[in-house]
Amino acid sequence: MAMKKIALTQLEQLFAALSLTRKVYLPVEKAGQYDYAPWQPGLTYHPEVLHTVKSAKSVFFPQSEDLIRYKRAGLSLEISQQAPEDEEFVVFGVHACDVAGFEVLDRVFLSEPVDSYYKARREHGTVFSVMCAKPEETCFCGTFGIDAEAPGGDVQSWLADGVLYMEALTEKGEALLAAVSGIVSEVDDAGTQAAAETRAAHKAIMERLPLADLTTDGFGADAELLPLFNRPEWKELASSCLGCGTCTYVCPTCQCYDIREYNTGKEIRRFRVWDSCMYSDFTMMAAGTPRPDQMQRFRQRFMHKLKYYPDNYGGAFSCVGCGRCLQKCPISMNIVKVMRKLGGANHNDK
Amino acid sequence: MINDTLTPRLAVVTQIRTETPDVKTFRVESADGTPLFDHMPGQCAMLTLPGAGEAMFSITSSPTVGGYKEFSIKRCGRLTDALHAMEPGQQIGIRGPYGKPFPVDTEFRGKNLLFIAGGIGLAPLHSVIEYVRAHREAYGHIDILYGSRSAADLVDLDRIQNEWMQERDTGVYLTIDRPQDGWDGHVGFVPAYLKELAFKPDCTAIICGPPIMIKFVLAALIEMGFDKTQVYTTLELKMKCGVGKCGRCNIGSKFVCKDGPVFRCDEIDELPNEY
Repeated sequence: MAMKKIALTQLEQLFAALSLTRKVYLPVEKAGQYDYAPWQPGLTYHPEVLHTVKSAKSVFFPQSEDLIRYKRAGLSLEISQQAPEDEEFVVFGVHACDVAGFEVLDRVFLSEPVDSYYKARREHGTVFSVMCAKPEETCFCGTFGIDAEAPGGDVQSWLADGVLYMEALTEKGEALLAAVSGIVSEVDDAGTQAAAETRAAHKAIMERLPLADLTTDGFGADAELLPLFNRPEWKELASSCLGCGTCTYVCPTCQCYDIREYNTGKEIRRFRVWDSCMYSDFTMMAAGTPRPDQMQRFRQRFMHKLKYYPDNYGGAFSCVGCGRCLQKCPISMNIVKVMRKLGGANHNDK
Repeated sequence: MINDTLTPRLAVVTQIRTETPDVKTFRVESADGTPLFDHMPGQCAMLTLPGAGEAMFSITSSPTVGGYKEFSIKRCGRLTDALHAMEPGQQIGIRGPYGKPFPVDTEFRGKNLLFIAGGIGLAPLHSVIEYVRAHREAYGHIDILYGSRSAADLVDLDRIQNEWMQERDTGVYLTIDRPQDGWDGHVGFVPAYLKELAFKPDCTAIICGPPIMIKFVLAALIEMGFDKTQVYTTLELKMKCGVGKCGRCNIGSKFVCKDGPVFRCDEIDELPNEY
């Protein structure tokens, strides 16, 4: 499908038109920070914002969701399952890193046995990506082979001189653009040129970023597991970790969840909620926990992203280089420091 | 429509037997009379008692017994307290089977088998032992070494004495940790008794018990000339989903819920020491 365009000043009309047939999620400011929330009249897109605090994964894998309802009366029990998502929605403004994060989650939740709640949201959701306007020094998506100039999803788009240029990549994306054909307009050669130029300019910025030289050498499916696990540097790397779990909550690829219950008085609801391997009760059993030290929990998180996940999913890493953990960690520890210490030129040090 | 993998099926507890002061065996059948699911020895299932929670338990009964599943459960926490307080007829939720079973139809076939269990660790082995008894001609000699804190803590003692001890070509050895009145059997810890019994390393050993027992039993077996490829055990970690997605029962790249709980001991050597 040919490229389409819309002026940034007309985006509200685009959102309004889309919201007639589906829910529109986009980064929305609340109390000074951005997170994905449903569009409503008066809201527009702010391309200068690099990141929502929580990643776009929350649209497909919400922080908390009900799964099952139980009613107990005497000895009898009723079980009813929460219906999976059945309404169309679009998530607008997703950057390349978060789109790649969906693929990380897909490998987990769409492999057998399929997670029907996640699958239903993926099927009903259309991803409208935007090339990030202002990459920051915490960005390192290129380390994981992500092409930030082609952000992907169902529709991808680029911003140049106050105009958003967009192209559909999937049937869902084509259907989405067809639904707003009266609002978006055709792109002439000059527009195509403008889109190409903005991509080239972006690429030049990405290559100059301070983390552009970060590599995955020493990690991944080919790395030896036990030597990496047993590296003495883990102790020093983890020594300041508070175990707050912030890195796991802002992460677009963290997938770990807990299943818990609450009693409403009328029924018992079983819900799923994000959990964090950084917490001491994550693996706590009646007989104790296999990871009693914060160092072990810290190591688990990074080993999962850089070694265990690649082992289980064909070599793919479970980090997309979005840099949120670099921005949010209260003690400034992060995956980049771990990779620099244990990998790259240092990966043969034992 | 109930179809998600995390949604349990309605089941009913049809029988509850008190095995020891803190172990009960629960018989679970489907609520609608249709079979629950097929399982193989060593596999597990998630039991749900809404209000108290859900957890993974090894299936104690053999698949050869028919439509029901039995679970021998030690009371040791919030959910197991609630399970122990149930009465027959209580409806619960069940989902499974989960995990990789013991290789009863492949590696174990034609072999002499040595079962070594401690305390509630007999539960997962019970299923294997009963499966082997049901296909007795397919296996060689059987030895069963089972120890517990006290005579009262030996799970399923009636069946052990009245059935397993009478089984052909089968040796049963019981031990308790400390002497007590009325017990004229062996006294001492399982690893020490194992060395005393001096089994020849011409068999496949299957171990389940507290981690400390597994550790010393494995060391004793190696001392006795066993190779780690001849030794199987089951591991246990906290689980929520049962299908390798919630992320908490991993040991290195393996998930105990789907890649285990049964591991051959040489496979465990390749895993980080975090279990």
